[in-house]
Amino acid sequence: MNGVHDMGGMDGFGPVVREQNEPVFHADWERRVYAIVGAGMRAAQINIDEFRHAVERIPPSQYIASSYYERWLSAAETLLVERGVVTREELLAKHDGSPESVRALVATGVRAIGPAPIKEKPGAKPPRARFAKSDQVRARNLNPTGHTRLPRYVRGKRGVIARDWGVFFFPDTNAHHAGTKPQHCYSVRFEARELWGKSAQSRERVLVDLWEDYLEPSDTNSKPKTRKSVTTKRKK
Amino acid sequence: MSGDHHNTDESGPAARVKALEAILTEKGMLDPAALDAIVDAYETRVGPRNGARVVAKAWTDPEYRKRLLADATAAVGELGFAGPEGGHLVAVENTDGVHNLVVCTLCSCYPWPVLGLPPVWYKSFAYRSRAVSDPRGVLKDFGTELGAEVEIRVWDSSAEIRYLVIPQRPKGTDAMSEDELAAIVTRDSMVGVEKIAPLARPGAKRARA
Repeated sequence: MNGVHDMGGMDGFGPVVREQNEPVFHADWERRVYAIVGAGMRAAQINIDEFRHAVERIPPSQYIASSYYERWLSAAETLLVERGVVTREELLAKHDGSPESVRALVATGVRAIGPAPIKEKPGAKPPRARFAKSDQVRARNLNPTGHTRLPRYVRGKRGVIARDWGVFFFPDTNAHHAGTKPQHCYSVRFEARELWGKSAQSRERVLVDLWEDYLEPSDTNSKPKTRKSVTTKRKK
Repeated sequence: MSGDHHNTDESGPAARVKALEAILTEKGMLDPAALDAIVDAYETRVGPRNGARVVAKAWTDPEYRKRLLADATAAVGELGFAGPEGGHLVAVENTDGVHNLVVCTLCSCYPWPVLGLPPVWYKSFAYRSRAVSDPRGVLKDFGTELGAEVEIRVWDSSAEIRYLVIPQRPKGTDAMSEDELAAIVTRDSMVGVEKIAPLARPGAKRARA
């Protein structure tokens, strides 16, 4: 989804400020959220992709106004209610907090998404890689309304396959229990000027890890059939 | 900035977490002792000291450095470090000509087994937004200035690969042991936002851990 979480290239958030002698957690509730997500998501069979997507589904204004662990908490509540592990009524009944916190809970925006996950056995045969190192590729201009790990700032941009990381579950389907769709994930190198225009520095590159379904051969590969024959001429 | 703040008044999120933990515990899905163990691990054992040991070993043991660059998950595992967010580790090395910087623009993915949980600045909207479009500007926010001739490689952790930067070993450290070296490797140098300054007085204590 084209959410506010997809922040690469945005302006206006000011300088990065470093906190000196920063503790691991800033409050006891952050400790509990971290541990509950770590242990509870596993117990409820909630996968990492759907957890990330639950964070992304937080309404933009709330996302921006929340701290990192507040977003984790909202995502955990959303998923556990959707999964039927807890009910909203139970959460509110247990709740001995202020009216403000109850409102925050109600505002989380829960909706039903159906049954528990289908467990898929990993495929015996790993899928073949469509791309090889040094191949010219273009990130597809995809705008799915569900989960994706294809950042907006690379869509439509040309890059080069730097490495093949091997086969991973596809987050766009895995987050929605629509299959794990295992496929190759690549490190794709983009020139800063390709991403940000001519004013960008020439000696800057951004490497983004992209699944095969996010990529297509670039137009500059005019003769895909000759790819193998020219491989040896390419610089490593 | 928004999003970097901490709600420490214990009224809003604190009450919600209490409710959630109580219900999940009642349902037998959570063991409070197990939660304590998770918290304890990240507050006492899993942190940037682990990554510093990896870097110090890579600086002093050329064979280990080779293994680390070839397969960081295995090389880090040799030192006993593994766990969540550490299944696919990759080490990238800074040199005179190349400087590496790690970010996660979509959330805040971070190599937990070697660096622990991410600091607030790494999770901040300011860092997530600008690290890819203005890395030199972001580095300046950290007081890090690189020459125009230095290539910058920004690694956006958009999949399950987690990156560890091997900073350059500072000058003046030739006589230092691996343990002494591990003590001068900073967390932020292993994310790539700062360099480790040359040591004027070997053994001198650094301001930042």
